[in-house]
Amino acid sequence: MNVIKYISGIFKGIISLWKGLMVTGYYFVHPGEIVTQQYPENRKELKMFDAFKGEVTMPHNENNEHKCTGCGICEMNCPNGSIEIISKSVISEDGKKKRAIDQHIYHLDMCTFCELCIKSCPSKALVWGQEFEHAVYDRSKLTKILNKPGSTLMKGVE
Amino acid sequence: MAFSIYDLTSFNQWVDKGLNSVMSPLWATITEMAIIGVVFLLFYAVVGLFLVYAERKICGFIQCRVGPNRVGPYGIFQTIADFIKLLMKELVPINKADKFLFNLAPFIIIIASMMALAAIPFAKGIHAIDFNIGIFYILAVSSMGVIGILLAGWSSNNKYSLIGAMRSGAQIVSYELSVGLSILTACIMFGSLQLSTIVESQADCWLIFRGHLPAFIAFLIYMIAATAETNRGPFDLAEAESELTAGFHTEYSGIKFAFFFLAEYMNMFLVASIAATIFWGGWMPLHIGHWTGFNMVMDFIPPAVWYLGKTAVIIWLMMWFKWTFPRLRIDQLLTLEWKYLLPINLLNILVMALVVLMGWHF
Amino acid sequence: MTEEILTTPLEQQEYTINMGPQHPSTHGVLRYVVSLKGEIVHKVEPHLGYIHRGIEKMCEKLTYPQIIHLTDRLDYLTAHINNHAVCLAVEGALQVEVPERVVYIRTIMDELNRIASHQLWWCAYGMDLGGLTCFFYGLRDREKILDIFEESCGSRLLHSYYTPGGLMKDINPNFQKRTKEFIKYFRKKLPEYDQLLTGNVIFQERTKGVGPLTKEEAISYGVTGPNGRASGFSCDVRKHHPYAAYDKVDFKEAFYTEGDTFHRYKARIDEMWESMKIIEQLVDNIPEGDYSAKMKAVIKLPEGEYFQRVEAAKGDFGIFIISDGNKTPYRVKFRSPNFCNLSCIDLLSKNFKIADLVAISGSLDLVIPDIDR
Repeated sequence: MNVIKYISGIFKGIISLWKGLMVTGYYFVHPGEIVTQQYPENRKELKMFDAFKGEVTMPHNENNEHKCTGCGICEMNCPNGSIEIISKSVISEDGKKKRAIDQHIYHLDMCTFCELCIKSCPSKALVWGQEFEHAVYDRSKLTKILNKPGSTLMKGVE
Repeated sequence: MAFSIYDLTSFNQWVDKGLNSVMSPLWATITEMAIIGVVFLLFYAVVGLFLVYAERKICGFIQCRVGPNRVGPYGIFQTIADFIKLLMKELVPINKADKFLFNLAPFIIIIASMMALAAIPFAKGIHAIDFNIGIFYILAVSSMGVIGILLAGWSSNNKYSLIGAMRSGAQIVSYELSVGLSILTACIMFGSLQLSTIVESQADCWLIFRGHLPAFIAFLIYMIAATAETNRGPFDLAEAESELTAGFHTEYSGIKFAFFFLAEYMNMFLVASIAATIFWGGWMPLHIGHWTGFNMVMDFIPPAVWYLGKTAVIIWLMMWFKWTFPRLRIDQLLTLEWKYLLPINLLNILVMALVVLMGWHF
Repeated sequence: MTEEILTTPLEQQEYTINMGPQHPSTHGVLRYVVSLKGEIVHKVEPHLGYIHRGIEKMCEKLTYPQIIHLTDRLDYLTAHINNHAVCLAVEGALQVEVPERVVYIRTIMDELNRIASHQLWWCAYGMDLGGLTCFFYGLRDREKILDIFEESCGSRLLHSYYTPGGLMKDINPNFQKRTKEFIKYFRKKLPEYDQLLTGNVIFQERTKGVGPLTKEEAISYGVTGPNGRASGFSCDVRKHHPYAAYDKVDFKEAFYTEGDTFHRYKARIDEMWESMKIIEQLVDNIPEGDYSAKMKAVIKLPEGEYFQRVEAAKGDFGIFIISDGNKTPYRVKFRSPNFCNLSCIDLLSKNFKIADLVAISGSLDLVIPDIDR
């Protein structure tokens, strides 16, 4: 009885090993199953999903206008202080003093991509950018000013 | 015979005569040795680099990847770049390591595999030394490598290295038996230990066909035991990177690590070429009975190609095993040897002796 | 000291090795101090704290929506499920009714995340045992799930997708199609896992009978999740305290009584099948509606203590909040499954070999940031 068990054990073992070999052998002879992407070469075709969280950006229209009123809600909602808002007061056309944004500073190096700033922005001034190649040689380059120099508030945004 | 067109014996004799005519016999011998030494060193480096590349490509394809593809076309220069990198790396000195043994260990491993290479018949006429005890010599010399592993593990002053080395000692000492016995099974058929005779006697039919069942079982056992001997595949307990980080060569860096690395691939080449020589007829072309036309065509393929092709197939098999199976545990490894391989092997020798005695072979 | 070593007989000396904090098989910065006698493990002492970030303390300074992105970083492989716990706790405290659509999406996302976590565990486990090819097959299939996540949530690992009251944004229109495609694909690939590893004689020898954990031990050590269920401890929060849409779906609890490494493995493989079944039942029935309930701009929990359990991939994940009525919690405590699962490592691996210690700690599926928090 033991002898039968011994021999059948050997054959069962060999069959189980053979099954594993068939799996790896199948992939060896099927180069079509290769799933890796050739990254720097496929830069042109590589497109991230629309929802992809690359970095926080502030879109500007063709007249160099953005929607940020400088209210500071994003700064308040950010859990780790990645956003700093430096505001200034400008005098609008009808002569009133108004709070406006001077610099919207975004620290990409501290950002955890939690999306709270974008979700909480009342004027939808911030959106996700699709850029994902963030590597730089100097950390200070990760501190970005989101509003472009000389940009103004879009008409009709309060 | 047809393959005499690829016979290099006359070329060798011509070189020998030429050297003897210009210098004394002693110097001629020394010059010949130097030439062969240089050729083998070159061969060693080329085979080592190629096998590293092949392994990475094969495991890449098995794992749904492409493998190295950056340095040169299809990444063929990848291993050369790696080798240059290893050459330039710092050799980290180890505190309280036994300096002499620590430096000696990689050389012992390299020398062991190098010496075994000398007795391998690559083709007719390309054969450094043709002993009458060729197989015995190869087995004896190649098992010297374990001394290097033990020394490396012992002298590194690292606990992981020591465990790895001790595992390796137990493993190689046990599996040496199976390698020896499975080759012995084959040698019953040949009636000789001389490698040239072994190859010649397979001219009509390779051993694996001629000896049918017992030869096939011996081949299987040899493959398992040889994989274990080279510390590869499912038997890489000595390095077991998920348990012992890198086992016996944890503390080695730079070129000394490269030596271990090269020696591993060279050992794989060695055991594969022994398997090819003994079981698959070495450089002998495939001949089928009386199919004269077929045999003629086969003869036109140079013997070196036959030899390297067979070796490559066996190496590919070993790589396939390595990239499929999980690792054994040390006690299971010894169980496999002492409870399975050894008894089957002994029985197989008996069967083989019976087959030879009764003439049941082809 | 040297004298002592020299005078003690060799058989009585212990050989201590440090596995970690940098070691391939501890899957992170965990350190085992292992006392060996030859190859036999005599004692294992886990040393924690190498990746302690003080998340519980940090939570005390953050508002409830802000806490969510920190829970991503506990057990980073099941970010959705951790987020779910916080959201359920806050919603329970405020007694907010979340839309049905949110409940369905959350359940599907959780199950996808569970499969992804088990896939990564499977490949890492194969690698622990020396089968390096498993690693790539597992990751290849996990990539499909991560693509589904990326399309809807925007990120692949740390999603921060749930908010108290709902979701950050609606799912992508492709979500259902992609999920169904994945299920179809993975139903074909999962048997391959069995062929490659489960049935393999070497694998079975390595795992069967190794590191057995009885039901009593599992309960007294607080071992939950697939590890507890492999020991016969029926502890599936989805079954016993259903949350989200789990009371609407039909699934089996992966249940074994042997409690060894092999059955912990089997329990996870079975869970992948069950998760696929759950997703299939839900994915076509996602009701139309809002993706978030109306919440106040500043969420303040009423004064009191709140506790919420969810079934994470590793086990029973709990969050305990004490609120003093402010917008930030007074105290937050996470009951992380990995911490309890780790606690039994000494019990399990005693008198087994070093290779078994690797197999056992791999089968517990430890994620170190969840242990240290």
